[in-house]
Amino acid sequence: MALHADVGDLKAGDFDCGSPSNAPPLIEARNISKAFAAPHGEVVALRDVSFDIQRGEFVSIVGQSGCGKSTLMRIIAGLIPRSAGSLTMDGRQIDGPTGECAIVFQAPVLLPWRNTLDNILLPLEFRGVRRAGDVARARDLLQTVGLKDFANAHPYELSGGMQQRVAIARALIQDPQLILMDEPFGALDAMSREQMNQELLRIWTLAGNTVIFITHSVAEAVLLSDRVIAMSARPGTIAEIIEISLPRPRDLSVINTPEFGAYTQRLRRLLNAEGTMF
Amino acid sequence: MVESAIIDAPASTKGRILAQAVRRRPHVWLSPLVFAGLIALWWSATDVFGVPAYVLPAPEAVLGSLVAGLAKGPFDPSGFWLHTGITVWEAILGFVLGSVLGAGLGFALSHWRLLGQVSYPYIVAFQALPKVALAPLMVVWFGFGLEGKVFITAVIAFFPVLVNVIAGYQAVEPERLELARACRASEWATLSKIIVPSCLPFLFAGLSSASVLAILGAIVGEFVGARAGLGMLLMQYNQSLELAPLFAVIVILGVIGCLMNYIVTLFERRYCYWARR
Repeated sequence: MALHADVGDLKAGDFDCGSPSNAPPLIEARNISKAFAAPHGEVVALRDVSFDIQRGEFVSIVGQSGCGKSTLMRIIAGLIPRSAGSLTMDGRQIDGPTGECAIVFQAPVLLPWRNTLDNILLPLEFRGVRRAGDVARARDLLQTVGLKDFANAHPYELSGGMQQRVAIARALIQDPQLILMDEPFGALDAMSREQMNQELLRIWTLAGNTVIFITHSVAEAVLLSDRVIAMSARPGTIAEIIEISLPRPRDLSVINTPEFGAYTQRLRRLLNAEGTMF
Repeated sequence: MVESAIIDAPASTKGRILAQAVRRRPHVWLSPLVFAGLIALWWSATDVFGVPAYVLPAPEAVLGSLVAGLAKGPFDPSGFWLHTGITVWEAILGFVLGSVLGAGLGFALSHWRLLGQVSYPYIVAFQALPKVALAPLMVVWFGFGLEGKVFITAVIAFFPVLVNVIAGYQAVEPERLELARACRASEWATLSKIIVPSCLPFLFAGLSSASVLAILGAIVGEFVGARAGLGMLLMQYNQSLELAPLFAVIVILGVIGCLMNYIVTLFERRYCYWARR
């Protein structure tokens, strides 16, 4: 698995990975705004959103429904244009899909006529760069996500959690600069969700990709992330960015520590204070 | 163990198991019972209450002419095979032509928005037209041969396929398209790997309707002018008030319709097995 440390760029100072380093960030968002046309004038979905994402970082965006999280994700993916502001990946402005971002949606979005293996290979077919080693790599990824024996199964034969693992493998095979996850476990029951969180921690430790993870679960965000971006709604703005300095590797036991409780409490208070609607 | 228990069981136990099976799936015996009941009603109307044969032929007379007509050689114009073959051929050619055009145009009009918007009012207007009204014109244009029947069948089979493909195109999950866009898929790859397969359940729904309508098209085409075919036979028997063979032809038409629909279903199971689960 590629660990996204570009060897050419490494300098002596870059090895303190814990804190934001001096290396240029992968994503630089400056004053992003987005307004949609609506029957009565405009609806402002995002206003003056600014943040950096470092390489190899796991960053969550939390907020209530309607705070513009998904809009923000689609803007970062280049799927929809922003109304104002600057957004760069690797120093280049994002003005459309770059092919460097893999998306994991809330629904698995697997193609039902393809088996697991062919679903994972789909992005490579789209890029037109299928090579000899691809099938072997897809099988490796199946093993990584714990579905070694399901290469020939069709999506309808898999549970919701298993389908979402396939979607994660489909993102990883693109070897993307950035993985965008839009409430990927939102449709799962509580038990599967906890299990998938643990799985994601394990997989991410192996893969080491940069991840932006969108969720409305505060606990999920704290458990998984290096930093949490808390958003408030109407219009979507950043309330605060919180660094989560819980030790890694983490597992579910971290939930019972007082530090974890302090983080979640702080985030909840923040989101409640900002969510003036309720 | 279970099987041997059934085999060794006394007759009363076997009977109970059978009774249980029948109780669990009552349609298995209710459905044939309805058929038998209808035949009995028909038989009593003709053979007991004496409804005259020029109004309603007896079931045994219909069966008799059916057997007699099918016993003739395959190229004998006084038998049923030749006419069946001609009508089925017209229906199949028209069905294939109409479906291919309907599906092709459906994808084209959906893909090129402007083309779709420009032609939509004409399609709606043409669809509102009762297509069988074109049948007499077909005789003028194409004469009494095959072409006219194929044309009218194609026109009738065209619309359900077109409409379903357009609906299918619009129903493609937006996330599937976003997935393709995020991977910078080419237009052709998006169409062939995402859109067309996503539309297959809709396409088959259209083909299923079209397969039944195709027979209708062929028969109407033969009504207005033909030298052979089951539609022509119907007109002939109608004029000579020979109702028994007329009923026999109707039975054959019913069987053809079911068969064509069944063949479409087989294709659907083969190529669209993943849908509706």
